[in-house]
Amino acid sequence: MKRGLLSGRTFSRYGMLLAGASLVGIMSICALLAPAIAPFDPTELNVDMILSAPSLVHPFGTDALGRDVLSRMLYGARVSLWVGFVAVGLSVAVGLVLGLAAGYFGGLVDEVIMRGVDVMLCFPSFFLILAVIAFLEPSLLNIMIVIGLTSWMGVARLVRAETLSLRGRDFVLASRVAGAGPARIIFSHILPNALAPVLVSATLGVAGAILVESSLSFLGLGVQPPTPSWGNMLMEGKNVLEIAPWLSFFPGLAILFTVLGYNLLGESLRDVLDPRLKE
Amino acid sequence: MIFFGITVISFSVIHLAPGSPTDLQTTMNPLASTDAKDRLEKLYGLDKPLHVQYVQWIGRLARFDFGRSMSGDFRPVWDKIKERLPLTFGMNAASLILTLFIAIPIGVASAQFKDGVFDRVSTVFVFIGFAIPGFWLALLLMYGLGIYFPILPVSGVVSLDYDSLSPLGKLLDIARHMAMPIFIYTFGSLAGMSRFMRAGMLEVLRQDYILAARAKGLPLRAVIFKHALRNALLPVITILGLSVPALIGGSVIIESIFALPGLGQLFYNGVMARDYPLIMGSLVLGALLTLAGNMLADLAYGLADPRIRSGRKNA
Repeated sequence: MKRGLLSGRTFSRYGMLLAGASLVGIMSICALLAPAIAPFDPTELNVDMILSAPSLVHPFGTDALGRDVLSRMLYGARVSLWVGFVAVGLSVAVGLVLGLAAGYFGGLVDEVIMRGVDVMLCFPSFFLILAVIAFLEPSLLNIMIVIGLTSWMGVARLVRAETLSLRGRDFVLASRVAGAGPARIIFSHILPNALAPVLVSATLGVAGAILVESSLSFLGLGVQPPTPSWGNMLMEGKNVLEIAPWLSFFPGLAILFTVLGYNLLGESLRDVLDPRLKE
Repeated sequence: MIFFGITVISFSVIHLAPGSPTDLQTTMNPLASTDAKDRLEKLYGLDKPLHVQYVQWIGRLARFDFGRSMSGDFRPVWDKIKERLPLTFGMNAASLILTLFIAIPIGVASAQFKDGVFDRVSTVFVFIGFAIPGFWLALLLMYGLGIYFPILPVSGVVSLDYDSLSPLGKLLDIARHMAMPIFIYTFGSLAGMSRFMRAGMLEVLRQDYILAARAKGLPLRAVIFKHALRNALLPVITILGLSVPALIGGSVIIESIFALPGLGQLFYNGVMARDYPLIMGSLVLGALLTLAGNMLADLAYGLADPRIRSGRKNA
């Protein structure tokens, strides 16, 4: 649905690239350097400072157990980005393999894989994820796997379409005439040329995965406390919304900026990489 | 064919999971004996091989018999789903209509004045709309309009004194309770829809027949509303059909935040209680609704655009 968000460009593509890259960059630095820049231990309890409002010592306030919200958010960035990357890595890997196979071999292989895609697309993915998570332990690893395995269909369709159009090109035919086997043709001729749209889709996918992870954690079926994640911080904040609204504010802002960053980055990459969109 | 795939996946998701569905009632319950576990398994047919269970389940599914719920009141799953459908369906329908009424003018205006101030503002708004988590928006609204300025109720469908209200008062009471959830649904689909409308308009405005209409001296207003808008609305039909899964997924979060007894909340409670029949039933139903959405979109598209009817049959 997000396809062509930018078609008919309104803002300069480099401005958007810069904005997206800065947001993503800042969040990545926060995640990487969390242990170094966090002012407090994210799991350290402090009974004297329960639910204290934002102040100079605790810029984003403290939560119901007296933990520093800023520090927890910095560590939460690690969780969000890690889930985003691993889940998307998995979905891209599955999507690439299935898309290449369907596009290159065609026939029955194509038929089976693409019907599989149709079936998977029929499930409201959040329903499916919740159902699977309910029966597995809601651990970080399981969440990444489940998000990855329910989001590969877009990549598979994309790669199949690219493969279909590349398969008949002259340079691929030339390679086949020269005696190259399917493996060589797929991996050294088709794959590299199909990667650009996959990169765009993966960047947007990270944004999607972060949103799904935070929703799951918000429902209590994602990352489990005491490990901080933006989603479960908001869940804890909801219980004390009346007396400590700051708990429900800052983590959501972090999600917003991170997702915005990846979307901006993805859309401007699409604009730069896809010559068909250039006016 | 797709239906077969849907049922296989729903069925295996549940049965590939470790542990037995009766664990919660037996192994984790110190009062239950191993004998009780066997009897429970016999009751739900869990002692038979998987493929037998699958065939039995499909057979019952065809008669809308999703089995009995394993949690709460142990009533048939289909009854529980049926009584919750109207709320979820009604809220989604209301928000979709609202979305269309807001998104179409926004899309048309930003296409018409492309790169103008309005277009820039709405583009920024769209990017934020895509990135904002619905549940966070819900929390902000709850705080702003429910606690800081307490003008709207933050949970449930009706107030405690609902029964004592006049018919008009009842209607108003429900409307007040629905205002925030419907706003959030609408906000969630607004960004995508307005962007889609804008792209559709831009595409149509490029066409020769628009130029022809302008060239023969028709006023701009007539060209936009009579010639362009009707053609640009076509892709919106498709998007409406395709947005079904996102709406169903979103209902889980919104209904559990606002304590609304709809399908999403039922599913969430089922997941929390590991209610296998309920989860399987809801999954299949969700997938069927998605399938129905796609088919309706195809049908409506065919009705609206005569060019499609003759052409692609296998889409």
